[in-house]
Amino acid sequence: MTQLLDQKELQGTLEKLARAIAGAAPGDVPVALVGIRTRGETLARRLMPLLENAGLSPAHYGVLDVTLYRDDLTTIGPNAVVRGTEIDFDLTGTWLVLVDDVLYTGRSVRAALDALIDLGRPQAIRLAVLVDRGRRELPIQPDFVGFHTDTEAHHIVQVKLKEVDGEDEVELHDSPSD
Amino acid sequence: MTAPVTDTPVWTRKHLLALADLSREEILHVLDTAQGFQEVSTRSVKKVPALRGRVVVNMFFEDSTRTRMSFELAAQRLSADVIDFSERVSSTKKGETLIDTARNIEAMGVDIMVLRHPAAGAALHLSQAVDCCVVNAGDGQHAHPTQALLDLFTIRERKGRIDGLNVAIVGDIGHSRVARSDVRGLQKLGANVTLVGPPTLVPKAFEQMGTRVTSDFEGVLPEMDVINMLRIQKERMSASGFPSVREYVRLFGMNHERLGRCKPDVLIMHPGPVNRGIELAADVADGPHSSILRQVTNGLAVRMAVLFLCQQAAAGTPVM
Repeated sequence: MTQLLDQKELQGTLEKLARAIAGAAPGDVPVALVGIRTRGETLARRLMPLLENAGLSPAHYGVLDVTLYRDDLTTIGPNAVVRGTEIDFDLTGTWLVLVDDVLYTGRSVRAALDALIDLGRPQAIRLAVLVDRGRRELPIQPDFVGFHTDTEAHHIVQVKLKEVDGEDEVELHDSPSD
Repeated sequence: MTAPVTDTPVWTRKHLLALADLSREEILHVLDTAQGFQEVSTRSVKKVPALRGRVVVNMFFEDSTRTRMSFELAAQRLSADVIDFSERVSSTKKGETLIDTARNIEAMGVDIMVLRHPAAGAALHLSQAVDCCVVNAGDGQHAHPTQALLDLFTIRERKGRIDGLNVAIVGDIGHSRVARSDVRGLQKLGANVTLVGPPTLVPKAFEQMGTRVTSDFEGVLPEMDVINMLRIQKERMSASGFPSVREYVRLFGMNHERLGRCKPDVLIMHPGPVNRGIELAADVADGPHSSILRQVTNGLAVRMAVLFLCQQAAAGTPVM
């Protein structure tokens, strides 16, 4: 196991991400922040005050559950847990920043885009991720990246967040048992 | 997705046959999953692609337009294709058995069978004969698991909990699959169940299930958090052991006066359709204590969850 970020570095990376988003946001369109369950949701919630510090006040915050849109539902079987989407605003016309913890194959993001488009028509959708570990299987690229790391297919990049996992850090595992 | 999914799944059943089979954790998992599905029905596009390319067949050997519609809509909201098997035009009356019919339908490539049948045990029998998922939509007097799950969901939604609640089920308990399934589910989630009705319709044997059995409706009113009024089957009214309609209404009907003797926040439930003025007075059925229409709405989310979970479990089964 290798530690990629400790608690302090994670905080610094989020601040950097917030500044990048705030710098790119259009001034004349309501901004919405939507996190993908579970850790994208937590990251989006943490980004809210950081964006305020960077001079951007998002008008909306929401949570997206992409389970029902995944293309691997038949292979993940009964492990899928549906907790529902919580987007109680009209996302039509917003500048919507989709937040996830790790960008890997791009399939979660593909599912998230389908889910968002069933809910409305944002003026634009941008993608913010904490870690880009490469090895994409779909033509999807992030707009805002905390940091890049090169990985092999057998690696597991694990983002741990206080709210979910009890501690803040990002780890690279060689295999599930590592 | 990042973290490896290593948790043991709570739900591994490809069939839903009766609540008696389920653990407390499994029941709660269905309710939590249904909670996640609630939101789909509030969207402008009321559809998710979770069962796209799957085929659900409604096999109803008893009339039940509402349950059938609820399952059909649930399947459609998951993007499944739905076909309908109606007994009237089928060959069952020409001597084809349920299993023969089912095997023929399965041969067309069906993923989930939703079965309503007048014989108790029909769903179990079917599940042993086919490879696809089987969801029991009511079998004789045995079980009606999705009705019980939607009742539990509604109670949890309105009361915030089920554990420790006092719940009365009132009516023709002996003939009721809803009552049997409700009792199982409520007990597993920690409610205290009282069964109320004329002694001829509420067999004392139910006490062996750990419920209280009484014919004193008035006496239990003040302590109940939830009162579930079962539908009286008018066709059974003429049978022996059944009181006259007038007598039934006098002793076991829920009306405005009786509601006044209940807890102020009592929840009045009914599986529908209501015989207005018999088991339930119209003003109570339409009043603020009633959850009748909410039960119908919740039924959709619960059935989506059941179809989704059973299909997921079947997909996760290694193909031999």
